[in-house]
Amino acid sequence: MFRIIKKEPLNPTVTKMVIEAPLVAQKAKAGQFVILRAHESGERIPLTVADYDRSAGTVTIIYQIVGATTMRLDQLKEGECLTDFVGPLGKPTVVEGKKRVAVVGGGVGCAIALPVAKSFAEQGTVVDTVVGFRNQDLVILEEEFKAVSETYRLMTDDGSAGEKGLVTDALRELLDMNAYDEVIAIGPLMMMKFVCKLTKEYDVKTVVSMNPIMIDGTGMCGGCRLTVGGETKFACVDGPEFDGHLVDFDQAMERGRTYHAFEENQCNLFRKEVQE
Amino acid sequence: MANMSLEKQKMPELAPDIRNKNFEEVALGYTKEQALTEAARCLQCKNKPCVGGCPVQIDIPAFIKKITEEDFEGAYQIISASSALPAVCGRVCPQESQCEGRCVRGIKGEPVAIGRLERFVADWHMANAAEAPQKPRSNGKRVAIIGSGPAGLTYAGDLARKGYEVTVFEALHVAGGVLVYGIPEFRLPKSIVAKEIEGLKALGVKIETNMVIGRIQSIDELFEQGFDSVFIGSGAGLPNFMGIPGENLKGVFSANEFLTRINLMKAYEAESETPVWKGNRVAVVGGGNVAMDAARCAKRLGAEEVSIVYRRSMDEIPARKEEIHHAIEEGIVFRTLTNPTEVLGDEHQNVIGIRCVEMELGEPDERGRRRPIVKEGSEHILPMDTVIMAIGTSPNPLIRSTTPGLETNRWGCIVTEEATGKTSREGVYAGGDAVTGAATVILAMGAGKEAAKAIDEKLSK
Repeated sequence: MFRIIKKEPLNPTVTKMVIEAPLVAQKAKAGQFVILRAHESGERIPLTVADYDRSAGTVTIIYQIVGATTMRLDQLKEGECLTDFVGPLGKPTVVEGKKRVAVVGGGVGCAIALPVAKSFAEQGTVVDTVVGFRNQDLVILEEEFKAVSETYRLMTDDGSAGEKGLVTDALRELLDMNAYDEVIAIGPLMMMKFVCKLTKEYDVKTVVSMNPIMIDGTGMCGGCRLTVGGETKFACVDGPEFDGHLVDFDQAMERGRTYHAFEENQCNLFRKEVQE
Repeated sequence: MANMSLEKQKMPELAPDIRNKNFEEVALGYTKEQALTEAARCLQCKNKPCVGGCPVQIDIPAFIKKITEEDFEGAYQIISASSALPAVCGRVCPQESQCEGRCVRGIKGEPVAIGRLERFVADWHMANAAEAPQKPRSNGKRVAIIGSGPAGLTYAGDLARKGYEVTVFEALHVAGGVLVYGIPEFRLPKSIVAKEIEGLKALGVKIETNMVIGRIQSIDELFEQGFDSVFIGSGAGLPNFMGIPGENLKGVFSANEFLTRINLMKAYEAESETPVWKGNRVAVVGGGNVAMDAARCAKRLGAEEVSIVYRRSMDEIPARKEEIHHAIEEGIVFRTLTNPTEVLGDEHQNVIGIRCVEMELGEPDERGRRRPIVKEGSEHILPMDTVIMAIGTSPNPLIRSTTPGLETNRWGCIVTEEATGKTSREGVYAGGDAVTGAATVILAMGAGKEAAKAIDEKLSK
């Protein structure tokens, strides 16, 4: 039963969990996701696979505590079990046939960018990494990224770690210096939107990983639909990775706010529950 | 002497203005007296036309005769010899176009209320049956089933009774397929589905939830693990959209999403952490049972006005008569001969209305239904804040794309031999919506039954 083997806070709002899920671990690949429920009346939420260990039969997830569901998930301790854990879902990252790529991660998106960078590095692609955080307290996975990257550029909004600036500042410099087969951007929608705007100028193919609202994750609900190149796509079965130059980010941002009021209310209820 | 009343015994129901505010079951079921009175309307015809109208061929006159003898358990045994899910069928089958459609009493007056009697018998059994069924002795053969909807459960029940070791793989966290995520509580209480599934488990059926076959394991890998055959009952889960502008605005949902949030995730209950959109002016596009379910759910969530927007007329509308009747009683508005051409939104991409055209009916199409044609100059705007698309579903491509050699047609439906459910892959059978495209619970059960018979003949050779 989906036992939490290890739980480790990576920064004040981001937690890593290693989950016992042998069958999922057998098949998981970088770029794919799982859907979990923390408890019986819980919501189904999608989380991208951060790592897996086929021989240990474990899958690693990294989540940011943003809403009631992740707050409740974060209440669980090592040794306790998740109620449900389904996967691997979605299409894996296509890593083959690329000589040099730039991987751009923003915030908790770095958790997903890391296995992608790792997969590229393992098959001989040169990887340059740019990661961005608000400040030094939020920096995660620094050593892990360095281990698989030719260049590692750490950007913070306030300059408290690495360089002060945006990921696009560092990416522009890299694009001026090197020829890339592909840029992979994983992070907040706003960041991915601006990375795509930049790479469009350089005419470098850019892949983004989308994480919209989902229920089943198998194509059944259509809640995760996006407009990509003027066509409707389901992130769960057609993605979660898409050609970033074709994604309608503004629409994705609005759709992401569909249940905003409900979520705020749930968070308040949860805080009240914890105080009592 | 038969009861010669021209009318069925009326079904006791919750009052429309009470039930359209809650999710409790609408139809309350016959009392014993009502069941006895109704059962006496059956003429016990020798040639049993009703049985020919039943996709699983229940011996209808025989079970009704048992009711008249007040042997309700006997009646249940007759039904359950043919149907794995009696309490479900009694509630959701389109009886008017099946058994009851062929009833001799229907020639003059109303047919015998076969569905309501079936439900009475099944509910009586659930409330009174002394013991769970015994697990039969294993015949040592293992069969796998993909999908725990009506096709898969029927197939599972039939083979488990014959001693097969049956494992059902379900993608969601609860078994039941469309019976739990699609059909609402007020039409089919989930406790009824759960009890039917408990009955199958008592027969030895293993149900593994959270297993998306095609991802976590392929059909080939199931064979490698020692299964002797695989049945695909994965349904038609992919929602269709109209392909009109504005369909990705906030406030546009597939009926699947809207219903799944409500039925599977129980979003209408305070404890549920799953959100659901509560609109005030809701348009449900489509005229099938799913459209009725979505409309009636939207009303129950507190919408001021819920409309069915359907491009043909009330004569062509495909939903069960009873659902349409219930929807009208509950205050659902029917905007027929109307077709949306665009969903309109504000600057934050919230739905504010739908642009529609009026339709008129032309010549019949290949299926005999009159083709709707756009009326010139009829464009108009209906103010709405929510649009639910209930215009059908297609089979999920996951299995066909991960199973080499499995033949599918141009709609993505699995191609099978009709009488047996045999696919182009040796040892792989299929049935239900995965084969036919979106259809009914009972047709899926019929297909599960045929396939179970075929695989049993093959494996017991």
